[in-house]
Amino acid sequence: MTRMQVLAAGPHVTLQDGGRRGMMRFGVPASGALDRKALALANLALGNPPGAAGIEVSVAGLTLTCLDGPVSVSLTGGGFIVEHAGRRLGGWRVLTLRAGDDLTIRRGPWGSWCYLAFAGGLKAPLWLGSAATHGPTGFGGGQIGAGQVLKLVNPRQMAERALTCPVWARPRSVLHAVAGPQDRYFAAETLRTFFDSPFHVTDAWDRMGLRLRGPLVAPEGALSIPSQAILRGSVQVAGDGVATVLLSDHQTTGGYPKIATLLADDIDGLVQLRPRDALRFTAVTPEEAIALARQRAAAFAAFAARITP
Amino acid sequence: MRPVFHPVADHAVLVEFADQIDPAAHAAVLRLDQALAAQPFAGFAEAIPAFVTLLVDFDPAATDHARVIHHLRGLLEVPVSARPAPVLHEVPVCYEQDFAPDLPDVARACGLTPEAVIAAHLAGRYEVAMYGFAPGYAYLSGVPEAIRLDRKPSPKRGVAAGSVIIAGAQCLVTTLTMPTGWWIIGHSPLKILTGETDHPFRFEVGDHIAFRRIRAEALP
Repeated sequence: MTRMQVLAAGPHVTLQDGGRRGMMRFGVPASGALDRKALALANLALGNPPGAAGIEVSVAGLTLTCLDGPVSVSLTGGGFIVEHAGRRLGGWRVLTLRAGDDLTIRRGPWGSWCYLAFAGGLKAPLWLGSAATHGPTGFGGGQIGAGQVLKLVNPRQMAERALTCPVWARPRSVLHAVAGPQDRYFAAETLRTFFDSPFHVTDAWDRMGLRLRGPLVAPEGALSIPSQAILRGSVQVAGDGVATVLLSDHQTTGGYPKIATLLADDIDGLVQLRPRDALRFTAVTPEEAIALARQRAAAFAAFAARITP
Repeated sequence: MRPVFHPVADHAVLVEFADQIDPAAHAAVLRLDQALAAQPFAGFAEAIPAFVTLLVDFDPAATDHARVIHHLRGLLEVPVSARPAPVLHEVPVCYEQDFAPDLPDVARACGLTPEAVIAAHLAGRYEVAMYGFAPGYAYLSGVPEAIRLDRKPSPKRGVAAGSVIIAGAQCLVTTLTMPTGWWIIGHSPLKILTGETDHPFRFEVGDHIAFRRIRAEALP
């Protein structure tokens, strides 16, 4: 049995995987990595399935000690600082941990979330078939805390190497969105304001959603609509006109109108922004959205093929 | 009933049958949801039924909004076959004082005795309209007119899982300890999150519910 012991973990450090899909009709959001591409790349770099469980590390950081080794791990996501066995490194690399090695991951020059994957995999408690932590209940893999011992499955060792962080895996300040589905509740001028104006990330965020600072984009009249499905990436506007982008642990239904919905791929880049960073929404048609999704999926697949051992 | 189709982002279509809560629109949502489950399209991911809408999520690598809308229109044109009789679940509820802190207030606000509130609640015919808010929170439509109240002015924290709560035409049996602004009129030992791997949720959307009164001694 190969084990890692957690020496220190800040808030918002959780076990996540590719998400618990297909259960929104029962009130269960997918949860899973906030930056899905980063977790998938961390896994692929080790030869793991892209949706395998890993650790989502917040800017509050994580320190582990390797109780038994060797095992290779990978780090992707934000540009975090990684300290390993006396070396100070950046993120985006494959490392091998030996028994007695400490690994510290902490806030670096950019990004909000770092992903740590283990070659072979991590033994994680499952809820409804997935290790993704559902924040509001803690069901699934759960919050990572000091003293906890993580058990690895089929640990493997591989060559240490640096990984290139592709441009499309960096924080993204221009976000593509399709208007609606409740855009008709907003005045034409409000929609123009939404798509033309800079917004900023605020400190009011969690894994359910991220409140934005920017122009108020209040709906006209309809402050509430019959409760209906919400998606990761829905931009919901309450009566006060403040826009909130819903993230992985979102409630599955709600009655606030959605002015726009982000393309799935752009959410990965949004979550890597930091409070006070500026961002802007660009309107695309549904046809353009599909074309962009396919083009980006192709770029991801090409890169994934290159880094998979 | 002709819905409006709204393309959503790069991976979903929202099918909207009405913009106000309406029983005919909800029946249309359930029919389309069932037809889609019986005849999914290539690239179908999941469908999320709500009061008057069905959200259909898809994989953009496999299909697009226009093709999904075309498929859904096809399903809507098929003559309506009689819906199979919905599953009926009996849900036990204990209305005794310790488990029904808001029963006296509900009775006062409705101008009824607590017994009459219980009788009205038991007489209701309920349908699982949708899930939302939190895992396993099934919104049960069908609270009788006589005991429909707006939610309380301020929510109560730490309301125990299993609480039977009402607001407006909706009733809910909670699955988690959560705050709620709804009126707590009883407690049910029935687990909606079953913990069973192959059947994790007690109800499907569209199922029917009848409440049955139990005494506190019958609670585990």
